[in-house]
Amino acid sequence: MQTNQLILLFSGALLVLGLIAFFMGRAKAAKVRASGTAMYAQPDQYAWFAALATAGPAVAVGAIGAFALLLMGANIPTPYLLAASLVVAAGGMMVAMTQVRPDFHARKAIERTIRFILAGAAMISIFTTFGILISIISEAIRFFQMQSFWDFITGTTWNPGASFLAAAGRAEEGATAAQFGSVPLFAGTFMITLVAMLVAIPVGLMSAIYMSEFAPTKVRTVAKPMLEVLAGIPTVVYGFFAAITVAPLVVSVAGMVGLEASYSNALAPGIVMGIMIIPFISSLSDDVINAVPDSMRQGSLALGMTRAETIKDVVVPAALPGIISASLLAISRAMGETMIVVMAAGMRPNLTANPLEDMTTVTVRIVAALTGDQEFASAETLSAFALGLVLFVVTLTLNMVSVIMIRRFREKYRSNNL
Amino acid sequence: MRQSFDDISAQLKGRHRKSARLKWMSMGALGLAGLFLVFFFTDMLIKGLPAFQQAQVQVQVDYNEMAQDIPLAAVEEDVRPLVSRGYLRLIPGRMEDNPDLLGTTRMEWVLADGQVDQYLKGHHTNLSASEESVVDELAAEGRAELKFNTNFFTRGDSKMPELAGIASAAMGTVMTLLVTIAVAFPIGVMTAVYLEEFAPDNRFTQMIEININNLAAIPSILFGLLGLAIFINFFGVPRSSPLVGGLTLALMTLPVIIIATRTALRSVPDTIRHAAFGVGCSRWQVVRDHVLPVSMPGIMTGSIIGLAQAMGETAPLIIVGMVAFIPDVTATFTDAATVMPAQIFTWAGEPDRAFTEKTAGGILVLLTILIALNATAVVLRKKFERRW
Repeated sequence: MQTNQLILLFSGALLVLGLIAFFMGRAKAAKVRASGTAMYAQPDQYAWFAALATAGPAVAVGAIGAFALLLMGANIPTPYLLAASLVVAAGGMMVAMTQVRPDFHARKAIERTIRFILAGAAMISIFTTFGILISIISEAIRFFQMQSFWDFITGTTWNPGASFLAAAGRAEEGATAAQFGSVPLFAGTFMITLVAMLVAIPVGLMSAIYMSEFAPTKVRTVAKPMLEVLAGIPTVVYGFFAAITVAPLVVSVAGMVGLEASYSNALAPGIVMGIMIIPFISSLSDDVINAVPDSMRQGSLALGMTRAETIKDVVVPAALPGIISASLLAISRAMGETMIVVMAAGMRPNLTANPLEDMTTVTVRIVAALTGDQEFASAETLSAFALGLVLFVVTLTLNMVSVIMIRRFREKYRSNNL
Repeated sequence: MRQSFDDISAQLKGRHRKSARLKWMSMGALGLAGLFLVFFFTDMLIKGLPAFQQAQVQVQVDYNEMAQDIPLAAVEEDVRPLVSRGYLRLIPGRMEDNPDLLGTTRMEWVLADGQVDQYLKGHHTNLSASEESVVDELAAEGRAELKFNTNFFTRGDSKMPELAGIASAAMGTVMTLLVTIAVAFPIGVMTAVYLEEFAPDNRFTQMIEININNLAAIPSILFGLLGLAIFINFFGVPRSSPLVGGLTLALMTLPVIIIATRTALRSVPDTIRHAAFGVGCSRWQVVRDHVLPVSMPGIMTGSIIGLAQAMGETAPLIIVGMVAFIPDVTATFTDAATVMPAQIFTWAGEPDRAFTEKTAGGILVLLTILIALNATAVVLRKKFERRW
């Protein structure tokens, strides 16, 4: 029988066993109670306990067996494993039946189990982080066994070249050795991030200042959803827009001033990415500017400063840690952004300071390395994991610094409860 | 006084002018964002609305003997390059299913070739001058028209732009999101309930919370790497399937649902919990019967917003392989599938210019669904939110 049908059969059998346990448990408990004895729990709770005691061990045995199969390659045929689980279920049912007695705290037992399940669910997020770390680090280590780490960090030529031939054992004499210097890739990422920040930070910060200081309530109720719409547009749509509309626009504007721009220039994805990030900066800045105590504003106005001077010299410096934290989060988001650059930026590693040239970024190379037709163990494919590792470390650092800054900002203004 | 009264007045006027300038500049910044939004939607509509129309031509279709083997023989020679090859390929099958067709000749509206469609919409095409004149003649006679493009909504991907549709991608999105919700919603709500109601306030709990906040900020492509290395290579989940895509997206949506559920749980006032404890409920009974039902609208709203975010994700799904060419609309969890954003990505990379409008049309459909989802979430929140 196929695995899918087996699993369906197993689930069906377990369900039936669980139902039998439930009704039998409830019947027995009701009988004991009807005879006049006081019990520590309700009949329904004894019933749930019986059902849990039947299903729980069976699922646990099945899961352990599945993990043994995967991790240690133990050769347990699936039908035997499922049959063993069902036997355990039957055993559990009999144990549960003996526990249906007046002095057994069924409700406490159930709630202990539920608490354990909830804690297990909370552990899944930890497993996810570990999963990401393990998957990226293990493959990156395989890459760094093939290539030098120092060359990867400081090399200025990214040319995977014939690395897949070398992995297949058919490297020719005289072919150029593959070079994996990642500096051009990070330069491309930084250039596009810089353009994005030059667009996002002024517009986002000024929008936040307007919405929190000057805007009437009606404008706020319209502007906030509008910015949320900006944040909700999928990045692949932004990428299409950047490639089809913005890039030709940049080329023609550059042509008008006499400069030559490539159709895969870095300005188009940078500008569109900046627009995508405006809502992040504006909503976070809005929150911190509103969190600055009103007493500071009123004190400054009472001294005779105009509104603009109050904002520039009192409010914004007070909110500065929060604004910087928002900017760091935005930078981390821009560096990890994939779809806009895959669709609008170029494929050629290019170490240059001219945003009108085509250049490629870290995320584009990760996608290209993993969706090409190289064998999985070749250096080019594994380079994707090495790049992913550096990207992970950089974004994690930015996020942690940002969180620390916002926490210090909150601490500073928590005591001012005027 | 060192400064005269007039000097001070002038200085004050300058400062007030600067203040007004700041107000207008900040208003301008907000207006700029709004202007971009208008520009963007207008551009998408202009590029995408033509995709909902497809050219058809009315030609004489001759179901003769030769047409059973060589479908090209069913139409006259001058209109042969104008009819869609996809339509012609179906003729032998139709003649087999319906033997009465043999020997008849009918005037039918048939799907035109992609180049004819682009020509009628005013774009530059590869049609030769003679073919263009034939099309012009047909259009003048009313036999070449742009009709509503039902293929776009009923067919899957195709190499011929006139037949390309998003049905297979839409089905793939539905399946993937089903897996995502089935995995992320229970685990997310259970985690949030544990962290909010049951967890003791120690270092371990703080570590879990820091972990969840970090997960929310990890670039999406790294989840793709996780899906590739662990789900596909280690657990052996079939590549390109909605199962692996759904699992990857579930891990991405988990922090969003957890944070939204925690906010909803926190907004339930403590008085409700204390009252429930006061009548003798155990902690789980308090949560199950008193806190959770009250906070359910907030949890649902957060989940819908998380679902909308997951729907637009492309990068991790590309890494786990969901960019296959899927012409048929299949509905299993383990066969290769694609999702709407990935379909848009694939079409955007096609060299044929006719696919540009298909891409924009797909974008319009995706944006409509997302706006509908978000509007549902907002309406739900307004209708069921309780102010304590």
